[in-house]
Amino acid sequence: MNHPITLTVNGVVREATVPARRLLSDCLRHDLGLTGTHVGCEHGVCGACTVLLDGEPVRSCLMFAATADGHEITTVEGLAAADGTLSPAQRAFAECHGLQCGFCTPGFLCTVTAFLRENAAPTDEEVVEAISGNLCRCTGYQNIIKAVHRAAELQAETRADKEEGAR
Amino acid sequence: MTTKLFGEPVQRREDARLITGRGRYLDDLGAGAPAAAFVRSPHAHARILDIDVSAALDVDGLVAIYTWEDLPGALAEPLPLLIPHPALTHGRTACPLAREIVRHVGEPVVMVVARDRYLAEDACSLIRVDYEILTPVVGVEEAARAVHLVHGDVPGNVGAHLVQEVPSADGRSAREAVETAPHTLAFRLDVERSASMPLEGRGVYARWDDDDRSLRVYSSTQSSTSVRMAIAAKLGLPLPKVEVIAPDVGGGFGVKIVHPWPEEVLIPWAARLLGGEVKWTEDRREHFVSSAHERGQVQYVRVGFDDDGRVLGLDVNILHDHGAYTPYGIIVPIITSTQLLGPYKIGAYRVEFSSIYTNTVQVTPYRGAGRPQGVFCMERTMDKIAAHLGLDRTEVRAANFIQSDEFPYDQGLIFQDGRPLIYDSGNYPEALRMLKELIGWDSFPELKAAAAAEGRTIGIGLGCYVEGTGVGPYEGGHVQITSDGRVHVSTGLTSQGQGHETVFAQIAATELGVPIEKVSVVTGDTRRFGYAVGTFASRAAVMSGNAIALACRKVREKALRIAADALEADPRDLEITDGVVHVAGAPSASIPLATVAVLSNPLRYAFDEEAQRATQFSGASSMDRPPIEEGQEPGLEGKDYYSPIRSTFACGMHAAIVRTDPLTAEIEILRYAVVHDCGRLINPMIVEGQIHGGVAQGVGGALYEKMAYDEHGQLLNASFMDFLMPYATEVPRIETAHLETPSPLNPLGIKGAGEAGVIPVSAVIASAIEDAEGIPIDRMPISPSDLHTLRLTR
Amino acid sequence: MKPSPFDYHAPADLDEALDVLARVGPDGGKVLAGGQSLIPLLNMRLAAPAHLVDINRLTELATVEAGPGGVRVGALARHATVERSTPAAAVQPLLGQALRLVAHPVIRNRGTVVGSLVHADPSAELPAVLALLGGSVRLAHRGGEREVAAAEFFTGPMESAAAPGELAVSAFFPARPPRSGTAFCEVARRHGDYAMAGVAAAVTLDEDFRIAAARVACVSVGPIPVVVDVADACGGRPEASADWAAAAAAVRDRIEPEADIHATADYRRHLTGVLAVRALRGAAVEAAGEEGT
Repeated sequence: MNHPITLTVNGVVREATVPARRLLSDCLRHDLGLTGTHVGCEHGVCGACTVLLDGEPVRSCLMFAATADGHEITTVEGLAAADGTLSPAQRAFAECHGLQCGFCTPGFLCTVTAFLRENAAPTDEEVVEAISGNLCRCTGYQNIIKAVHRAAELQAETRADKEEGAR
Repeated sequence: MTTKLFGEPVQRREDARLITGRGRYLDDLGAGAPAAAFVRSPHAHARILDIDVSAALDVDGLVAIYTWEDLPGALAEPLPLLIPHPALTHGRTACPLAREIVRHVGEPVVMVVARDRYLAEDACSLIRVDYEILTPVVGVEEAARAVHLVHGDVPGNVGAHLVQEVPSADGRSAREAVETAPHTLAFRLDVERSASMPLEGRGVYARWDDDDRSLRVYSSTQSSTSVRMAIAAKLGLPLPKVEVIAPDVGGGFGVKIVHPWPEEVLIPWAARLLGGEVKWTEDRREHFVSSAHERGQVQYVRVGFDDDGRVLGLDVNILHDHGAYTPYGIIVPIITSTQLLGPYKIGAYRVEFSSIYTNTVQVTPYRGAGRPQGVFCMERTMDKIAAHLGLDRTEVRAANFIQSDEFPYDQGLIFQDGRPLIYDSGNYPEALRMLKELIGWDSFPELKAAAAAEGRTIGIGLGCYVEGTGVGPYEGGHVQITSDGRVHVSTGLTSQGQGHETVFAQIAATELGVPIEKVSVVTGDTRRFGYAVGTFASRAAVMSGNAIALACRKVREKALRIAADALEADPRDLEITDGVVHVAGAPSASIPLATVAVLSNPLRYAFDEEAQRATQFSGASSMDRPPIEEGQEPGLEGKDYYSPIRSTFACGMHAAIVRTDPLTAEIEILRYAVVHDCGRLINPMIVEGQIHGGVAQGVGGALYEKMAYDEHGQLLNASFMDFLMPYATEVPRIETAHLETPSPLNPLGIKGAGEAGVIPVSAVIASAIEDAEGIPIDRMPISPSDLHTLRLTR
Repeated sequence: MKPSPFDYHAPADLDEALDVLARVGPDGGKVLAGGQSLIPLLNMRLAAPAHLVDINRLTELATVEAGPGGVRVGALARHATVERSTPAAAVQPLLGQALRLVAHPVIRNRGTVVGSLVHADPSAELPAVLALLGGSVRLAHRGGEREVAAAEFFTGPMESAAAPGELAVSAFFPARPPRSGTAFCEVARRHGDYAMAGVAAAVTLDEDFRIAAARVACVSVGPIPVVVDVADACGGRPEASADWAAAAAAVRDRIEPEADIHATADYRRHLTGVLAVRALRGAAVEAAGEEGT
């Protein structure tokens, strides 16, 4: 049986009709064409499919699209501003060489985006803990950790600029 | 900064799309294409008695079901054995779908195509295959006893047997040298299986164009040109009717160099048969049981040495677990047995290996490709010599090093490329000096004593290696400058995250004197470049980098010649800066490369402004000569190939400090230091990234990753829950230092860096744990449970 | 790795959920809450229930109620919510101590505490916590409910007392008594993995700071969490002079570890003893500090 669902994805209301067993990851990728969310293991360990559900990072391979009906989802495609300005995390990953093949990167970016919202100036330990559920086979994590710190700096600068502008 | 980009940490040009979700990986292509799934053998060794698909026929959305009996002609035959070798007397490969016998869990038996993957899996679950269970052969030593056979026609389960021997300078054999040496040691070493395990599995998407009678195939491969040739051959298609493209690839690490995988011929075949498109995206469970593994070896070592620790004779016998098939030949054990020698001068060397079949997933190269095992063997040997003589471990190594003035150094063996193992350059004593300084080797005893006083157990270890990189036979580069001033670079080999689009653009921009923003690079697309070998063996930068540089030099020469005509100058007086050709010292006498590109083509339809302006520069054309002179071609483009006489040899030395918990036996890496020499660096940021990733995989191989087969040939840990790849929490901070000893073999002076990081890690960690615990560490990986068991036997 | 088809039910409230479960429970209906353990099994087709009852719309069950007697956690309270709950931490700190060890932060955003209990994985932290504290699980069915004590709730590996048609609506974790402390120590292969061995400990001191009560619950060393009372073994002495070795020996004697690919049975037994001492000492130190504040 198919189920009509309505998701708000990256700020846009999207409708789809999906079988109950349709994983949210597959719905985003194949029903909605948002292929930036990647599938690396389909058992919740690698974290490549991480998206933000109502702002919180979750594994989209461990959730049915039907369960997400009515919720807000942010994918990697929705991290940059509407005008295309990259988010601090996106800029930092590029600046610090925090990605190689890029397959795990969307999951890291979503995870880190939510983390820096909660913790704007994390310690090294907190950064490692925050990304400890995401596998990367290319970078050895060295530059990802650097990138998270750099993203925190960029986020602080952006906020300062905004406050400056608001005055 | 526009031109001197070689050597700079230029930010990656790939990243813009990859950080915004606009990358195009295999499964991102072909939206809505019918999906394939496979019924795979649940048994390690069995005879197929019957396949009953009737229950699956009712599945809504089913498109087709295929078994071996459906395969026509060459497709029904065993897949190619890519790299034959005289010693591989009993090479065996599988058919794309199993024919009669299955030889490992995961071997494909039935292919299903359905509207989507969910439905295809539904159909697979309804197909009944009757098997007669045969006795599985698991474990390399068990297989070597040959009580049961993996292939009925391979006696002893021995696929290959090879002995290489280099006598000492005075003509003595290695065995004689060992036996007559002042000191002798004999021991056994074990390295378990791991796997490349890229985060993106394999995948194939094929689209048959019935109007054009042509096939376009996308594959998550490390070698699109060879996949193309394999498909054309297997499907009986003319080569020009097949194009293969490697899209963005989510990591390879070796497993994707094997080709053609069964799916790489089956999916295109089904697409043609069905007159449309078919896609297969490997899932993680499939990747564990139906791609490839590596590393598993048992090594028996005998070594003879003098009082200074100089190795007089080394005699190594290797049992190499090759799994069920040998599609990639015996490259892995050949590399182990040759690269084992590392940076050392060994008095006399004998190495013998047997490549043994088992009823497990086939073994093909994984990053490092046999080197980690070889280095483990040699570095464990060095540590044992030091322990036996009571010498510092670095002294023993230094006593055996090839010295800087001894290059080129001939090790007297035949390397993986079939050419002599001759090291081109290096500076091993300096690398060791740098490493000792970086890790604080000489002051470690105080650190250790201080830790002991606090009840903490720590140890230090090191490992040295030499890596043959940039193996031939060739790669090519094509460079075209178009009338808009853009520079289009292509090369046939593929990319899986190494940053080729960036480093090749750096090379082209530097060679041509153009802003890097004008340069675009395409890799792994047979529509752009047809001849290539592939990305493996740390060869891409060396091979394609040099080929692109040579192609650029051709284009530059042509551009200068045309510009010289237009400027009425001597080409030797011209330079290119910021994409403009000008007379050295007279910047006003200049002509943009864009205009040169227009001039290079006598057909000057004015598509754009450059073409309109071009006429004013065109010199008086002679009416006696054809518009294109003999030996010339229209357009500002060039192609060249780089084909080295032999490999170039990079080197590295790593050290680590570990802490072992006296109670829980947990092992923690406190520091990890790397000194690395890959010749001239094109982009130091990218080289560092390669080393980091390699070390992390090495840490996985040293402490976490193994393929756990039971006696029935079932892989017990075929998931990311139980196959333990390191997270950020398991990888230490990696400290690096670089030494640059240019290669004399190639125009750019570079050596490969891709595999470097992973190679010595198991040796280094074993060395450090042994130092901490005082227990010989002869088997890797090592877990807390293993260490606990070793402590009990102390 | 795609799930088999199933009939999907998404009740809007508890009554509807119990109605649906009464209908489909006996027919192999499974409850879907956080799904962090269930969906991997479905994706691998290791489980293929005919019906899935998704309780994620039952927001009435997304509760964490901390009272003087303990913490009652509703079926839809996520790990992360309970982990961050200050009132819950004040009443029973062991919850937070254990939750920080459950998988990774992103999993905890979705997974539920009650779901972990019903899943009844003997390697998981939360069943050990419930067992150690002597908590209970409330099972509702159409027309009634029952409160099942931890000692009866875990019936085997991945097996609980929840019957077909029943929904675990909440779990109750008793409050930390005065002069008490808790700790959870475990060793996993990688950070966030299921532990090779783990020990939750609760220690209560008497007015003279002597150990009056001491219990541990051990994970990954038996079919269900193994609870061991070690008060006698500790010898009724203060933390500094307690006989921790005897306590560890008592624990090692009671457990029945098995070997797997990550650890030998012998190592698990040894490790459980080491962790029991660490957890007990940690709990005792916390208990002493608790007295001091």
